Amino acid sequence: MNWRSIWAIARKDLKEVRQNKVAWGPAIAIPLIFAILMPILFSVLPQVMPVEDIQRELGDMDTLLKNLPPSIQAIFEGLKLEQMFVLYMTAFMLAPLFLIMPLMFSSVVGADSFVGERERKTMEALLYSPATDMELFLGKVLAAVIPAILLSWLTYLVYIIVANIASYGLFQRIWFPLPTWWPLMFWLTPAFALLGISATVLVSSRVRTFMEAYQLSGSLVVLVLALVVGQATGVLFLGVGTVMIVGTLIWIVDAVLIYLSVRNFKRSSLIAKL
Amino acid sequence: MNAVIEVNSLARIFGRNRAVDGMTFHVEQGEVFGLLGPNGAGKTTTVRLLNGILPPSEGTARVFGFDPATHGEDVRRRTGVLMETPALYERLSARENLEFFATLQGIPESDISRRVDEMLGFFELSSRARDKVETFSKGMKQRLALARALIHKPPLLFLDEPTSGLDPEAAQQVNDLIASLSRANGQTVVLATHNLFEAQRLCDRVAVMNKGRILALGSLKELAHKLWPVTWVSITFHVKPSGDAAGSLKALRGVIQVSVEGEALAVQVKNEDVIPDVVRHLVNSGESILRVNPMDYTLEDIYFALQAGEA
Repeated sequence: MNWRSIWAIARKDLKEVRQNKVAWGPAIAIPLIFAILMPILFSVLPQVMPVEDIQRELGDMDTLLKNLPPSIQAIFEGLKLEQMFVLYMTAFMLAPLFLIMPLMFSSVVGADSFVGERERKTMEALLYSPATDMELFLGKVLAAVIPAILLSWLTYLVYIIVANIASYGLFQRIWFPLPTWWPLMFWLTPAFALLGISATVLVSSRVRTFMEAYQLSGSLVVLVLALVVGQATGVLFLGVGTVMIVGTLIWIVDAVLIYLSVRNFKRSSLIAKL
Repeated sequence: MNAVIEVNSLARIFGRNRAVDGMTFHVEQGEVFGLLGPNGAGKTTTVRLLNGILPPSEGTARVFGFDPATHGEDVRRRTGVLMETPALYERLSARENLEFFATLQGIPESDISRRVDEMLGFFELSSRARDKVETFSKGMKQRLALARALIHKPPLLFLDEPTSGLDPEAAQQVNDLIASLSRANGQTVVLATHNLFEAQRLCDRVAVMNKGRILALGSLKELAHKLWPVTWVSITFHVKPSGDAAGSLKALRGVIQVSVEGEALAVQVKNEDVIPDVVRHLVNSGESILRVNPMDYTLEDIYFALQAGEA
């Protein structure tokens, strides 16, 4: 395996994607909303509005807390209503939404790399290089996965800082992140990043344009929305154990998709689609 | 001479279509070899088969002794390919394009910058090195694509329609470059084209193809001789030849037919070796010769004769 070639392909793909503003627009906007606007909104809201008014809109806090496992309910004990609201929204309700980012980042880069390269008719030159099929595949996958994970982690970091600063007036201490966030960041996020790219690679053999690939693989966001709805309705709660189980399932799906993608990623098939 | 490419009964079948159908040929080191044929003749598929991009359905190929189907990486490390479309990364600069392919070709990191500068200089692109390729003209893109194909100094170069879509000046520039590569560096070149003028100018030997098959193979002279075993020579005189000039020529060994065309004679001879005897005979007979023109067949004549035969 020639890692120099693999990194060269990954770097080249990233340089190219950087120029694709259509792809990067939403991929930049959404983290900004998640990491800055939402924590500010949910932390500042109970400090400027009577919390009873908010409760009227969102539902009674006690009812919401009843859906949580006892170990999590314990975290809320002894807190004021305003603090409960901020903790519930910032630390629990928003958590699964963050999984949109690794999915989106890896899908954007993957779609540009696998389908965009074909669309721009540059794939053939790459196929005439001495890089093996596996090196080409890995270079393109790494170009999608590594930045997706790093950018997601950067968004988490910004979110942690903003959430703590915005709610400092209420808590008078640094309280975030909670332990449930660690497996979310370091187990589930990489799994979702890989899910985004492996789905995109599979989709790429059936579509012609970057936008088609991006939109199709973007439909995976439904998975994230299912987690959000599951958590909001009390069907599923993303505690440490659940995150580890969901993460393991996603990693297994990743392994299957990657296996299928590698099997299909052959020069002879790629050239036939040019 | 060593055979760089050896192809034996090579075929590639897509569904019911035999894109390449039982091709057998070899290419010697330092040779410029042409694959000629109309669109769909199988030229590009042959280039892909010889670079291990496609596996063959039947037959065998060896490039530098390697089977491209199983040792594609070894083959591609020794070949450079210029495709019909430049296939450059338009969002990257000329320098970034060359640096990327230099890395893939395994050029040591310490040599890449120097090698890229050399190629940019050679192809007169130094002043635009940092500009994005999307701002380049077609001719500049084709020169950059040629630079990319040559960045690792491959001993074997495949050129697939290298002047397609270029204006005459840019096409001339690219053709001059190809000619100089073979002459100066001894590189072996496989030129896939339907531009007959270009092929006649550049190629030592050609394979004329149609529907995946080779119709004829050889040098221009060999192909002409295969198609037209006899040669015509036109002899123009300073003053009108004597009446018996034609008659006496007919008796000469190797002369097949003589006809008088004004102040010239059209002589059909067995082969070109007979022409000096004809000239000597006429001079000895006191005739005053102004010009001797053996009839040259162009590649165009040969190509259309072969394609017509195929049709």
